[in-house]
Amino acid sequence: MKQQSLPLFEIFIRSKRGLDHRHVGSLHAEDHEQALEYARDVYLRRSEGVSIWVVRSSDITASQESDVASFYDPMDDKPYRHATHYKLPKEVDNM
Amino acid sequence: MDSLQASFDEKIANEQRIEPKDWMPDAFRKTVLRQMSQHAHSEVIGMQPEGNWITRAPTLHRKVILLAKIQDEGGHGLYLYSAAETLGTSREEMVQALHDGKAKYASIFNYPALTWADIGMIGWLVDGAAIVNQVSLQRTSYGPYSRAMIRICKEESFHQRQGYEATMVLARGSAEQKAMAQDALDRWWWPALMMFGPHDTDSAHTGQSMKWKLKRESNDVLRQRFVDQTVPQAEFIGLKIPDPELRWNEDRGSYDFGPIDWDEFMRVIAGDGPCNRQRLAHHVRAQQDGQWVRDAMHAYETKRQAREVA
Ligand SMILES: [Fe+2]
Ligand SMILES: [Fe+2]
Ligand SMILES: [Fe+2]
Repeated sequence: MKQQSLPLFEIFIRSKRGLDHRHVGSLHAEDHEQALEYARDVYLRRSEGVSIWVVRSSDITASQESDVASFYDPMDDKPYRHATHYKLPKEVDNM
Repeated sequence: MDSLQASFDEKIANEQRIEPKDWMPDAFRKTVLRQMSQHAHSEVIGMQPEGNWITRAPTLHRKVILLAKIQDEGGHGLYLYSAAETLGTSREEMVQALHDGKAKYASIFNYPALTWADIGMIGWLVDGAAIVNQVSLQRTSYGPYSRAMIRICKEESFHQRQGYEATMVLARGSAEQKAMAQDALDRWWWPALMMFGPHDTDSAHTGQSMKWKLKRESNDVLRQRFVDQTVPQAEFIGLKIPDPELRWNEDRGSYDFGPIDWDEFMRVIAGDGPCNRQRLAHHVRAQQDGQWVRDAMHAYETKRQAREVA
């Protein structure tokens, strides 16, 4: 019997109105419609969400762990981007 | 149709957020779109008065701070344009409406940043006022707008603190520096109060927006909160709020303040502020000057795709 591999889909669930969709996992399906149904069966059996996004995994471009240093390095020497960098007397510190 | 309206009303009543694919009344869609586009344009146009001082910041430290702040504001514009795009409008349409004078932005950005002290004042007062408004909007009923506000508020605290700290340095400096800080406060105080919009009794949109929970607190409530938190901050560094009628009201537990010059507000909104034409012309020019970059990127991408197919 020929082993057939279905495309992989990444599943995102909005647990509640007002919140972002969050990645919960992935599954194989024939197409987007089927991925939606599978996602409902796999991830929403206890009304864990109000909305599902399915995205073909192959459509996702991701940064590489090994690139992380050069990708994020320039941020490390910019402490002035943080509120805590600005020392204010305690009388006015609550801004 | 009625059941759609009923389900919309029920979501609003139950403190649920409205999400992009939900049915919503046309008037709601129009209002939230107008508000998000106006807010987005404000973030972007707001980069101009501060941008004016990047090359003339007094120290390298102040310069990198200012650059970082302005970069944040560009990002805020992006968050808000994307939130607006969830309602099916495009970035190009919004920018075009701005250039055609059909879309507005906060009128405060039509005032010039004349001295270095203005940069401190913008961070302390203008970002300070924006924060009061934006903290309240974190609970706005349109989901993408609310999430953009939450993200923005996390970044704003640095903006206000750097502004206050820069002002504090001037206020504690030489007599000239202190005078420069006071002059900047004199010029920015009233426009900052105007940022909250007309009084509740005169505000055209407030009633409906509050019913929809797009707006959670009224203009006057937010303005009062800003005054109450800012007056002690001014006193602490020995600067004087330019309002002879300002005094603490024991009964209300708030400051009373003098009348706002709404004629000036209407004039600036209508296009006759000190910098309206300059702000828009600069935005148009920046858009045109960047066209060759977008063209080049598009040409490169077209070529790359053709190569992939071949
Ligand atoms: Fe901002
Ligand atoms: Fe803002
Ligand atoms: Fe800001």
